Amino acid sequence: MTYEAVIGLEVHVQLKTRSKMFTRVAAGYGHPENTLTDPVVLALPGTLPVMNKEALDKIVRAGLLLGCEIAPECKWDRKNYFYPDSPKNYQISQYDQPLCRGGFVEIELPGPARNIMGEHRRIALTRIHLEEDVGKLSHGEGASLVDFNRAGTPLMEIVSEPVIHSADEAFAYLTALKAVMIYGGISDCDMEKGQLRCDANISIRPAGDAALGTKVELKNLNSFSFVRDGIAHEVRRQVAVVGSGGKVVQETRDYDGQTGESKSLRSKEMAHDYRYFPDPDLMPVRVDEAWKESIRTGCPELPFDKQRRLQKEYGVPYTITSVLVPDRALSDFFEEAARLCGRPQAAGNWIANDLLRELGAAKLELAQSRVTPRHVAELVVLVETGAILSNAAKEVFIDMFQTGDLPDAVVARKGLRAETNPDELERWCSDAIAANPKSVADFKSGKESAINAFKGPVMRAAKGKADPKRVDETLRRLLAG
Amino acid sequence: MSEELCHSTIADLSRLLDRGGVSAVELMRAVIARTKEVDGRVGAFNSFDEADALAQAAASDERRSRSRTAGSGAPGRPLEGIPIGLKDVIAVAGQPLTASSRMLEHFVSPYDATVTRKLRDAGAICWGRLNLDEFAMGSSTENSAFRTTSNPWDLERVPGGSSGGSAAAVAAGEAIAALGSDTGGSIRQPAALCNVVGMKPTYGRVSRYGLIAFASSLDQIGPFARSVEDAACLLSAISGHDRRDSTSVDLGVPDYGAGMAALAQSGRKWRLGIPKEYFGAGLDPEVGAAVQAAIDEYRRLGCEIREVSLPHTKYAVGAYYIIATAECSSNLARYDGVRYGHRSRDATDAIDIYFKTRAEGFGPEVKRRIILGTYVLSSGYYDAFYLRAQKVRTLIRRDFLEAYKDVDAIVTPTSPTPAFRKGEKAANPLAMYLNDIYTIGVNLAGLPGISIPCGFTRGGLPIGLQVIGQPFRETELLAVAAAYEKVTDWRMRRPPL
Amino acid sequence: MAKPEDLRLDHVASLARIALTPDEKVRFATQLGDVLAYVAQLNEVDVSGVEPTAHAFPVVNVWAQDIAEPGLSVEDALRNAPEKRDNMFVVPKVVE
Repeated sequence: MTYEAVIGLEVHVQLKTRSKMFTRVAAGYGHPENTLTDPVVLALPGTLPVMNKEALDKIVRAGLLLGCEIAPECKWDRKNYFYPDSPKNYQISQYDQPLCRGGFVEIELPGPARNIMGEHRRIALTRIHLEEDVGKLSHGEGASLVDFNRAGTPLMEIVSEPVIHSADEAFAYLTALKAVMIYGGISDCDMEKGQLRCDANISIRPAGDAALGTKVELKNLNSFSFVRDGIAHEVRRQVAVVGSGGKVVQETRDYDGQTGESKSLRSKEMAHDYRYFPDPDLMPVRVDEAWKESIRTGCPELPFDKQRRLQKEYGVPYTITSVLVPDRALSDFFEEAARLCGRPQAAGNWIANDLLRELGAAKLELAQSRVTPRHVAELVVLVETGAILSNAAKEVFIDMFQTGDLPDAVVARKGLRAETNPDELERWCSDAIAANPKSVADFKSGKESAINAFKGPVMRAAKGKADPKRVDETLRRLLAG
Repeated sequence: MSEELCHSTIADLSRLLDRGGVSAVELMRAVIARTKEVDGRVGAFNSFDEADALAQAAASDERRSRSRTAGSGAPGRPLEGIPIGLKDVIAVAGQPLTASSRMLEHFVSPYDATVTRKLRDAGAICWGRLNLDEFAMGSSTENSAFRTTSNPWDLERVPGGSSGGSAAAVAAGEAIAALGSDTGGSIRQPAALCNVVGMKPTYGRVSRYGLIAFASSLDQIGPFARSVEDAACLLSAISGHDRRDSTSVDLGVPDYGAGMAALAQSGRKWRLGIPKEYFGAGLDPEVGAAVQAAIDEYRRLGCEIREVSLPHTKYAVGAYYIIATAECSSNLARYDGVRYGHRSRDATDAIDIYFKTRAEGFGPEVKRRIILGTYVLSSGYYDAFYLRAQKVRTLIRRDFLEAYKDVDAIVTPTSPTPAFRKGEKAANPLAMYLNDIYTIGVNLAGLPGISIPCGFTRGGLPIGLQVIGQPFRETELLAVAAAYEKVTDWRMRRPPL
Repeated sequence: MAKPEDLRLDHVASLARIALTPDEKVRFATQLGDVLAYVAQLNEVDVSGVEPTAHAFPVVNVWAQDIAEPGLSVEDALRNAPEKRDNMFVVPKVVE
């Protein structure tokens, strides 16, 4: 029997705002413990929530980018449950009136090879709603410690329909979703900082069946590869259980990415009864056409739309766009460089290969790069006009990456301008031929590779500044003469 | 002289302070002396900080003398230097905030409530922490974890509640005026039982930021005072939109005192509605007679008296106890011993700590209400209880708005009975809940309401008259109340302490 | 509407995280039973087609601009903490 996996993902995304969802103390990551609190965050007696307009703008933007229907009006509900990381012991969330419904995420499945575009699919969304994050528990000697810095950070929950059928699709979904979030300036989606978190609901069914199997919720998938590996592992586990005549039990499991194993979370917690009811401290949100329009105006092009356009307008190959496009800033960088030099392919190559390699080696973000689109564009022009040679260009790139000097300045400082004096090249070639009669004889007798014996001396004489193509031409002409 | 100061109105004291007849420090000393003299018997205060109060008073005198030197000659601000008592659910930075609960017995607020800040901005002195029923749940102040406040008119009786400490303090001359909170009558009922003026503003008129929440959609802070004019003065100081309270309404705040005076000048004849449902079974005959006499007085003043009907009145208590307990079950979830407040020493794990902390920290009435509220919200019961109660709330609201098509204000008794004996209803929560029958509808409908003294029983217990106004039209409401107050002298009587 | 005997006191008290003594259970069952019997009269009301009132005077879009303001110092944040360590709140070990 073959089985089909049915997967739905619940993704929590922290919104990029200055202040928290319901109070104005700063939101942030990496601050000393309990330094981002105020009376509201700590749920001190008498405190009240006030919505953050920017967070609302951002979820509306997310909804519009993902093709959701934006609710004309929605309310806030309290989700009541006790946990030490939850200051009020209820979470303000949206229960039956999410701000966004429907919509989809366009994903790209892995292609037959890395350099070949894969199939595109749309993963339907159920809903997106806004809520607030909880604090952070750490477990110490005989006690647990609570830091409330994260508590109250705006958090968006994006729920997919159960229409994902493999670990690879789940991975592609997260990749695509993250790109949209970053494009929209909605979240940085850094999983290491907990800005994107993912739970998966997984079941299997005999291929072709319509009914859903018993689902298992997989938690703690705290990196993209853990999501992929965890889901693959869970699907295998369920197939094995059913294959050996067993039944999948509805439960929550915790995936350990280090060991690649999962274990059941048999919580002491009694059955949940969240006792949702409308939060009397908050007023409803009404999203009118004008508001939606103002957000729509500021919406960027979606990543895959941009990729299709770059390939069509600039003729840049998939191998390059697939590197540039996931990063909005990088693709903007590219477009600027391409516009400045008029040679998109060359610019694309420099950015996708050299710039990313150097940034990676130096552990820098694009925003910290000393190389600007202008640097790349001018370098492309120098190479294209033959002013410098490609190996010299590589040296120029590394130099300007470190110094921030423009290519012209680097070339001048390092004396890397290509040697273009034909008389000199002619003389170096004649000298090399004269000095090696054996190779001349070999070449003339048909041994094509013998020509290489002359190139070393020529390049040495030229101190590397000769264009290998022209050296080759000159040698052949002289040897033929 | 000293005791006289303590029983004066804000209006009189403000003139006296302006004239230099007394300093804020002298006034504060008099109030402190009076409090020390009588509070052993009254028990209105959970605590007070004498040094802090005197420092505030000294700062007030300083401000006054600076403005005198500046030679403006203009009269001082009406609350400058006036000691205002605060119910112990209103946050004052650096002071205890206990809600009369073991749970918060040692809690010190790091921040000011918005009303506290507004009082400070108006130059008033924030004076003492006034007792209440634990977390404002009750109608007698017997549910305080610390002490039962006594009614200054009869120390064997309750002052009403939940703001019993505020009402008793003003009645006994331990504060010139006070703030309380009113969720189902918690200002108006104790005001009636203690012969003071107590007002619940329209929901949203006064910020709730810094008020310990009982039932968020019903709670409202309001003044206790010795005259309608004083209540108007306090209301002007504490009203207004607050960016920290999403439910506070963004409307301009009139000068209620001036508005009220202008209406009195205009000689406007009010149309007053008498809801027949408020005069049925359960109304004490002496209370009924006093209220009827007050209505007759209004008639003599030229007001038009009309019978109105509020047909859903009998459902108000039921709807209220579902909505209020549901909200409180969630509002009080934060008291868990993790970040502040009482924590059980016996807890073994992070779940156990909740059960034991909350069992030890909350008193029986709070537990009962949390359990009832948890029940009505629990899976499978929400529609039958909470949703239905909210729909009934809509009907109750409509009743009032319908009545206001014909009348300017509605006149009723505040409480069905005068002050009852301590312990009389303690074992029967439902009987206690029914005590709020005339005040609860106002909270459900979000309307402003005021209780003013309107007589005494033969046994010498105060009786209150409730006037209910239209949303955000407190000026008219105050004017209606003041019209009666002007031709009667009930408010001038002092308890035999 | 549910009948008073449906209160399920143990379950509800556990949802509310309140440990009740046997004595409290007996008293509360009676007292809350009375209250539930009383509120059952709401069943008489015809509420068909009636919208629920969540707010007495609802307005929409009450929000603040996203401007970060100073919060509490870590000392003030922890001032009322029953137990603290390393600038954090301490709770008995959470069993996952």
